[in-house]
Amino acid sequence: MITKVRSHLSQNEPLLFERSSPGKKAYQLPELDVPPVDAAETLGTENVRAEITSFPEVSEVETIRHFTRLSTWNYAIDYGMYPLGSCTMKYNPRINELVARTEGLAWAHPYQPEALSQGSLEIMARMEAALAEITGMDAVTLQPAAGAHGELTGILLIRALLEKRGNPRKKILIPDSAHGTNPATAAIAGYAVENIRSSETGVLDVGALERLVDGDVAALMVTNPNTLGVFEENIIHVAEILHAKGAMLYMDGANMNALVGIARPGDFGVDVLHLNLHKTFSTPHGGGGPGAGPVAVKKALEPFLPAPRLKRRGKKWAFDYKRKHSIGRVKAFYGNFGVLVRALAYILAHGGPGLRNATVDAVLNAVYIRKQLEPYFDLPYASPNMHEVVFSDDRQAKLGIRTGDIAKRLIDYGFHPYTVSFPLIVHGALMIEPTETEGKRELDQFIEAMISIAREAEADPQIIKTAPHGTRTSRVDEVTAARKPVLRWKPA
Amino acid sequence: MLDACGVNSPEELFSHLPEAVRLNRPLALAPGISEYEIVQYFRDRAAENANGFASFLGAGVYNHFRPVMVDTVVSRGEFLTSYTPYQAEISQGTLTTIFEFQTMICQLTGMDVANASMYDGSTAVPEAAMMAARATGRAKALIAKSVHPEYREVLATYAKHQGMPVEEFGYVPEAGTIDLEDLDRKIDDLTAAVIVQSPNFFGIVDQVGAAAEMAHRRGALLVVVFTEAVSLGILEPPAGADIVAGELQSFAISPSYGGPYAGIIATRDKFIRQMPGRLVGQTTDSRGNRAFCLTLSTREQHICREKATSNICTNQALIALMATVFMTVYGKQGLRELAEQNLAKAHYLAGKLKPRFCGKFFNEFVAKVEGKSPDDANRALLRKKIIGGLPLGRFYPELADSMLLCATEMSRREQMDAVAEVLE
Amino acid sequence: MYPENFRYTKEHEWVLVEGDTGTIGITDHAQEELGDIVYVDLPKVGTHVDQGKSLGSVESVKAVSDVYSPVSGEIIDANPALADAPEKLNADPHGAAWLVKIRLSAPAEVENLMTASDYQTYIGAEK
Repeated sequence: MITKVRSHLSQNEPLLFERSSPGKKAYQLPELDVPPVDAAETLGTENVRAEITSFPEVSEVETIRHFTRLSTWNYAIDYGMYPLGSCTMKYNPRINELVARTEGLAWAHPYQPEALSQGSLEIMARMEAALAEITGMDAVTLQPAAGAHGELTGILLIRALLEKRGNPRKKILIPDSAHGTNPATAAIAGYAVENIRSSETGVLDVGALERLVDGDVAALMVTNPNTLGVFEENIIHVAEILHAKGAMLYMDGANMNALVGIARPGDFGVDVLHLNLHKTFSTPHGGGGPGAGPVAVKKALEPFLPAPRLKRRGKKWAFDYKRKHSIGRVKAFYGNFGVLVRALAYILAHGGPGLRNATVDAVLNAVYIRKQLEPYFDLPYASPNMHEVVFSDDRQAKLGIRTGDIAKRLIDYGFHPYTVSFPLIVHGALMIEPTETEGKRELDQFIEAMISIAREAEADPQIIKTAPHGTRTSRVDEVTAARKPVLRWKPA
Repeated sequence: MLDACGVNSPEELFSHLPEAVRLNRPLALAPGISEYEIVQYFRDRAAENANGFASFLGAGVYNHFRPVMVDTVVSRGEFLTSYTPYQAEISQGTLTTIFEFQTMICQLTGMDVANASMYDGSTAVPEAAMMAARATGRAKALIAKSVHPEYREVLATYAKHQGMPVEEFGYVPEAGTIDLEDLDRKIDDLTAAVIVQSPNFFGIVDQVGAAAEMAHRRGALLVVVFTEAVSLGILEPPAGADIVAGELQSFAISPSYGGPYAGIIATRDKFIRQMPGRLVGQTTDSRGNRAFCLTLSTREQHICREKATSNICTNQALIALMATVFMTVYGKQGLRELAEQNLAKAHYLAGKLKPRFCGKFFNEFVAKVEGKSPDDANRALLRKKIIGGLPLGRFYPELADSMLLCATEMSRREQMDAVAEVLE
Repeated sequence: MYPENFRYTKEHEWVLVEGDTGTIGITDHAQEELGDIVYVDLPKVGTHVDQGKSLGSVESVKAVSDVYSPVSGEIIDANPALADAPEKLNADPHGAAWLVKIRLSAPAEVENLMTASDYQTYIGAEK
């Protein structure tokens, strides 16, 4: 029985270009207080454009209605649980939005004098210190714009250190359960990728690792807990194996929501890791970004961090550009400062004890879901899970129902789907991460929905295969979208 | 719940972790504070920054009015707190706005297709260079010295490990435009991409057409970069460009001490499959209604892994939405009027100073400072609560006597008169 | 189902050898595993490929699969019909939706490939 949603009228809305009418406007600029200039004379006739063909022309009311109507076609965390595994879809505190817009912070130009930027610099310093403490590492760079960007930075740091030691080496080991950004990053950093298989308990096969680590291996990229939500219990031994051969341990910090306040990567042998502020630290996903991907390192890697670094000069903060071993910039300016502000607000609001509580709740919620759904869905790995749990669709596949179908049917129950078909080592994966945000009531509704769908798979599989039914848009034809790409609107 | 989990206390949920990894003390972070204290903390920090200053800084980050509607729209929970639109049926709001965004970027830049955003303009440059390398099968990149210095630094970092040699070519001292002879000497059959910026770092409208011709003659692609998106309201789009890589911060994105911003990559149809980043395409649902979805995903990391066109996953969707609302509010006429105002303001200011270059410029220009150093001039301006232009010595030693000034629709006449007074 | 005069690879490609030229495609099993095909990436005429090395790829919405050449040689033709209508590969993988034609440089390689009945056994076992 579907209890979370009921149908409702949603407004139709065409594209802006279909709403447009010549002469409509939604703006008003002040009068010019200086003489106007002739564009053709000033820029040269050949440089002046005729008009912006087909650009929208709508009124203010049409603008607000357009975007408001479109917004109602989205699901969001504000509507309910988003069980997406490895995405950590926790509540996005509104105070983050307020403080990020504080005028002196929002209007700060990155090139304004340092003496007039002490507030921003203090915020960055505070963030670096907080993240270093949370991760147990020695130094932090806030420059990378997202997780993948942080991964690239981290691998480039490893390369720089190994180069300084005489040999950058050739390959990076990546578990077959890893997120796609890991091998993509290794390739951009100029390394070959070698896959390492997981054991039957779902963790890294230490024996296999021992065999694979040789003088050509620069690093192992590990996610901990891994993408099955399982803690890599041999991580200290793994680090030892790598270090003994002069290789390094990179940790993808996407799953930090299971560790904050409980365990610190720096304490279990990690040399460098990135964090996803838009996951663990509550900054909003905004439909796909922005994020921030700070990178935390052990002392040995500190000299190679992107320049500039923050430095204390007497009572003030300053940027230090004299970093001759730096790998260089990975981005202009200093990082996604606005995202850092939001993450710092989150850290300040929770404090040390609060951050730890959040972790405990996140794990409790995921284990609860596991226990309740175990009787209905195949659990490929029996190991204890942390903040997320991965089922497979094996049981339902026998009835012709795959994880993608179940996901679409979950939409009819009023939830956003979990992560489908990832990690790749589980056949037909259902990856569920509730986060600490969800209370028991929402969790129970989710569990009931999943159990109901498991029953439907036996009694009425067709309703699952053709789902979703209740949405404004029914199942979308992704095949035609890829065969005949239409990537922009064009006038008839 | 604890019963259902088979434990007596939440701590037991972690008992399977090896003792050696456990943190056995509280985190050394202050306890949580209230909403009021958090607001106060950031107010205090903001007070330590410049407040109430007029600013003539540009150099890649521009002061433009942010229409009120922008924050109204992006504050809606459905946009703010939603995820990447992988599940098309419940993300049509986001997908539709991205489709509109892609369209408007094409209209502005004159290209055939645009992606759903890159992190920023600076990282869009190496992505464009790598795209050109894939498309041409060649390895080398040539980049103009008049491209933003920090953008060039980012390219260098990325290129180093891609087997992509990068060489710079200069600018003409009088005009401030690219040195075509220098480019001609350096371009060869190994060149994948020629990268120029227009308006360039000095604010000058550069010789895009000539660069295109030279690049194409040698089988290389032309990448045109822009940092001041408002210029597209009045400047002819770069017709000869194969790839446009740009920064949209001018479109209602707060300067915010360096980020988050939104970059874009736009290109010709024939290079679609080499494009990095997310793409939204139009299709239908099973009832025949128009619908949108992410498409051509096989270029991306979650499918191709190490063979992907890029490692990018999270992009800048919410920031791109700000730009979309901005472009909607201003619209066809408004962007033009906005650009004309910028042109007028900057030329008013330049008329009172000594522009270093004779090339035509949009809203930024390089002014020679005589009788004192640019730093001293700026100190005098600060006393009048004005942040002056960027002294160029830090990036261009040959221009150490000059500063880069930007005037926008936000610059007021009396502020510009004050600047002129100090600098003359 | 699987033509007798084709030879097959473990990676689900087929080759039909006629004299010193061959026609290469992917098997019905392969197209079924891939699902709706949205794009086919084929090599240029004149390209040399080695046996077992990738000559191009086939894409569905959610996956990309390399196509490995069953034999070594020079590409002499690539099927023009697949550019506009990749769905043909789902409909007729053994016939009209051949991928490339090749001039064999080492005809003896064909001896190492599977016959139709070997291939049928192989995919039966895979399931």
